[in-house]
Amino acid sequence: MQFHPRTLIGRLLIAAVAIAGALGSSALAQSDEETEKALEKYRQMLSDPFSNPGYLAVDRGEELWSRKRGANNVSLESCDLGEGPGKLEGAYARLPRFFTDAGKVMDLEQRLLWCMETVQKLDTKDVIARRFSAPGRDSDMEDLVAFIANKSSGRAIELALAHPKEQEAYAVGEAMFFRRSAIMDFSCATCHAEDGKRIRLQALPDLSRPTKAAKETMGSWPTYRVSQAALRTMQHRLWDCYRQMRMPAPDYASDGLTALTVFLAKQAEGATLDVPSIKR
Amino acid sequence: MKGASLLAVLALAAAPALAQPSPKVDPSVVESYVKSTWSKAPPDWQSRVVQDETQRICTQLHNAPPPAEAEKIMARERATIVYPADGKLIGDWQKGERAAQNGRGGQFNDPPDTASGGNCYACHQMAPKEISFGTLGPPLVGYGKLRDFTPEAVKATYEKIYDAQASFACSNMPRFGANKVLTPEQITDLVALLMDKDSPVNK
Repeated sequence: MQFHPRTLIGRLLIAAVAIAGALGSSALAQSDEETEKALEKYRQMLSDPFSNPGYLAVDRGEELWSRKRGANNVSLESCDLGEGPGKLEGAYARLPRFFTDAGKVMDLEQRLLWCMETVQKLDTKDVIARRFSAPGRDSDMEDLVAFIANKSSGRAIELALAHPKEQEAYAVGEAMFFRRSAIMDFSCATCHAEDGKRIRLQALPDLSRPTKAAKETMGSWPTYRVSQAALRTMQHRLWDCYRQMRMPAPDYASDGLTALTVFLAKQAEGATLDVPSIKR
Repeated sequence: MKGASLLAVLALAAAPALAQPSPKVDPSVVESYVKSTWSKAPPDWQSRVVQDETQRICTQLHNAPPPAEAEKIMARERATIVYPADGKLIGDWQKGERAAQNGRGGQFNDPPDTASGGNCYACHQMAPKEISFGTLGPPLVGYGKLRDFTPEAVKATYEKIYDAQASFACSNMPRFGANKVLTPEQITDLVALLMDKDSPVNK
């Protein structure tokens, strides 16, 4: 296949930046508005399965899901994501959740690693090393998440929080959301606890309580990030937030990030998933 | 005095009213999750994961400390403030503008020794020509003019940037000097951006 979205999108972005630069700082107000308008048009253009590059990840994920791998030489098709072995429809909409076999609350990425290690007997070292894609380096996890989350598109986010461990994860996630730390004293709430605020020109969703913005946010991850030319998962979003908060990089697929995801997803209870989406 | 009270009003206006969380998990449980979430962080970064006393109290009280607790925090934070050796509080506003624009430094993907900026525009409107400003903090357009450029306001501004919680407990604003994000010299440049008559902030 000769279609290279990374290159194509990279060119479009370079063009947009070049235009903004050429206009100079006095014209920035207008050019920012125009850039946003152009990006919105671009988003609309790409937000269908035939042109959103995120769907290339969906296709790769589908292939990975059925590929025989690991010491057991089996596919992931018997992996139970909470709705029963191999049942994908609606599974992502109910994650994170408690898994009896693992004895803990897991998000999709933790669960996929668990299935690779127990069902396939696959050494996940390489999979974890490639947890976030980069130019010339695909990510199995991003592709699998895109494929599996897409099977919940049109479904509503619904977290039962029936198990005590799920309730604990919610409470811990809430506490972490408000926990101030590091050299800037930031918590998630510093930026995401009030409606209508911006950082520079970027609007900030209030994720501290059940809001429309929380629904829109959580209903649109995983997403194809145009600026990164990559499909990104919630694990990546939180990792990048902690970078901006001047915290160290959080461990991939750690229980704290899952707890935070439980809290965030619950603020978006009832939101309709439309994924993978496409964002700036 | 006028400058200081204005600062206090602005600081109060900047504090968002947060919903009170339901306390249903022991803080030690939260801390054990936190510890395991940053288990692979390099040793020299681990201190950022651990809260200092002010962060711990502000988190626990959801940034709304009762007066007695607020006094304790402000007293502790006031004690951290170090003034420039030469006593000059107003530096170079042009350097200040560059620091206000710069959002780099201190992130885990920054090359070591990256000079940190103040990233003031992320949250505040300052020089009118810069339209890419955030709204998490109050607008600072005309800051010095509004305070009649008084020496008291200059000192209060230096202290505010050095440690915002010295005058307003649990402020959302970072303690730039106390946490060594910015040097005293950089802070005097930012004071100049706000308090120099020639600064675009006051034009």
